[in-house]
Amino acid sequence: METRHRELTPDLFEPTDVRAQEGERIAGPPTSFWKDAWRRLKRNRGALISLGVIFLLFAMAFAIGPLLSPYSSYGQDLTRAYSGVSSEFWFGTDKFGRDMWTRVWSGARVSLYIGLLAACLDIFVGVVYGAVSGFLGGTVDDVMQRVIEILNGIPYLVIAILAMIVFQPGILTISIALGITGWTFMARIVRGRMLQLKEQDFALASRSLGASRFRLVWKHLLPNSLGPIIVNLMFTIPAAIFGEAFLSFIGLGIQVPDASLGSLISDAAREMRFHPYLLWFPAAVFCLLMICFNLLGDGLRDALDPKMRK
Amino acid sequence: MIRYVARRVAYMLIALFVIASITFFISKLLPGSPFANPKLTPQIRQQLFEKYGLDEPVTVQYVKYMLNVAQGDLGNSFYFENRPVTQMILEGLPVSMFIGVQAVIFGLVVGLVLGIVAALRHNTLWDTAAVVIAVLGVSVPSFILGPILQYWLGVKLGLFPIAFFESWWHSVLPSLALAVFVISTVARFIRSEMLEVMGQDYTTLARAKGLSGLAVIVRHVLRNSLIPLVTVLAPLTIYIITGSLVVEQIFAVPGIGEQFVTSIFVSDYSMILGTTLFFSVLFILALLIQDILYGIIDPRIRVSGAKE
Repeated sequence: METRHRELTPDLFEPTDVRAQEGERIAGPPTSFWKDAWRRLKRNRGALISLGVIFLLFAMAFAIGPLLSPYSSYGQDLTRAYSGVSSEFWFGTDKFGRDMWTRVWSGARVSLYIGLLAACLDIFVGVVYGAVSGFLGGTVDDVMQRVIEILNGIPYLVIAILAMIVFQPGILTISIALGITGWTFMARIVRGRMLQLKEQDFALASRSLGASRFRLVWKHLLPNSLGPIIVNLMFTIPAAIFGEAFLSFIGLGIQVPDASLGSLISDAAREMRFHPYLLWFPAAVFCLLMICFNLLGDGLRDALDPKMRK
Repeated sequence: MIRYVARRVAYMLIALFVIASITFFISKLLPGSPFANPKLTPQIRQQLFEKYGLDEPVTVQYVKYMLNVAQGDLGNSFYFENRPVTQMILEGLPVSMFIGVQAVIFGLVVGLVLGIVAALRHNTLWDTAAVVIAVLGVSVPSFILGPILQYWLGVKLGLFPIAFFESWWHSVLPSLALAVFVISTVARFIRSEMLEVMGQDYTTLARAKGLSGLAVIVRHVLRNSLIPLVTVLAPLTIYIITGSLVVEQIFAVPGIGEQFVTSIFVSDYSMILGTTLFFSVLFILALLIQDILYGIIDPRIRVSGAKE
């Protein structure tokens, strides 16, 4: 190519205005993964409302609900049995004249407790088990995975039933049954993440800078697994709540005189033809709880894992 | 592939062995005895113990029990005198199967239609409606749905009988109560699966080479979306079995589930343990079939499973 000669003047060598280049920038302000996820979650109105409703239900069950009614959930008074919905008994009374408002919220307390317990088991047993198994690998991993495979072969319902027969049915026994199997799925997910992450360059970098194994897992591998952990957590919680209500419904869960949403629904279903209000309130609270956790779970999955978005 | 299946079968047998052993030792741990009646003289009690083999050491009893279970003998019911548990299970099974299979077929058909419509009309009112139905179906359990169906369709509208099991009409409401969860699971699954396939390059290619819209959907999108559906079959089987416990109880259907819940209320231990064992076999078989189908569909799982 032929080069043409050009007159060189000093103004060609003036430094350009830096701000002119600013106009070429196409990147927005830097965002972190969590900021980004929160922004996506905020756009999902259903998930946001669900989050609010869950907080509200927590407040009602543990603080506000019992305070608003002067009656205890055990106090019987046959003279006021089956009094319908009134300004005194907001949810009516059952066949023993017990205040349904207090009983529904004490049932919701059981459900939320089970949800929290399932979440704690997932975090403290599932995550730790999965992290150790995936990070150490080798024989340790082999043995730990075999244990999980055998535990997985025994369905939760079967363990729960066997536990109920040996121990007294009740909230402690449900917790034990949950503790035996509830965490295995989380352990598998975390193990998979560990196997994947520990081979990556940032892990190698951290290791070559002299990080201890604990620090590597705690500071690098676990934070990078938080997305899947949270998403899985949000699906464990409603499953555990459902499990408890189911067991209580068939008479293996919470025993009288204590109330659980499942046992309230079971009692009410028998008298539904004459006193339908006994069914509506516990059923509505239970469905609300399940819908909110499911919607929040869907929203969090979309927000934390945009690739999974559908 | 053979190695993979063999491995899965081995795990299944171990899990079954563990469950059967646990049920045996639990039955030994239970308080009380059917022969605790103080009117029995020691001689008669001794004879009864000999008859039932209870005088032998626990290890011998254990081996005998395991051999019996392996042959399908689950012992006699404590509550219904002299009725073998296996016979009671076999009597209830056809009823439960009928309601469960009907629910699965109905749920699959409606769920498929709902999911396909939602995916084809993505981001329209149809789609929103399908998503709402799916979330409700997953969130509202059968033990709430059952009484509601009984109340509205049975009592208020008088369309269907609300209890017992005498004709096909009696099976409608129980099946419907079970089917709603199947509908929402299948609809949700097919919708997201189809949306993903429709975004793939090969779908664009099929369109680009001039195939009609229907041919693209049927030959390319649907075919590839339906295959992964087998992965929800095992969870659905487990759901139908657990669901039958409450649904049969609510609608007074004489199936296994209802027998099981009754046996819990009357503390019929041999029936509880026998049915539990039977349910475990069903659960584990469902998981096994799912794992094998998974291995056929997605060879990556098989390979990584074999390497472990």
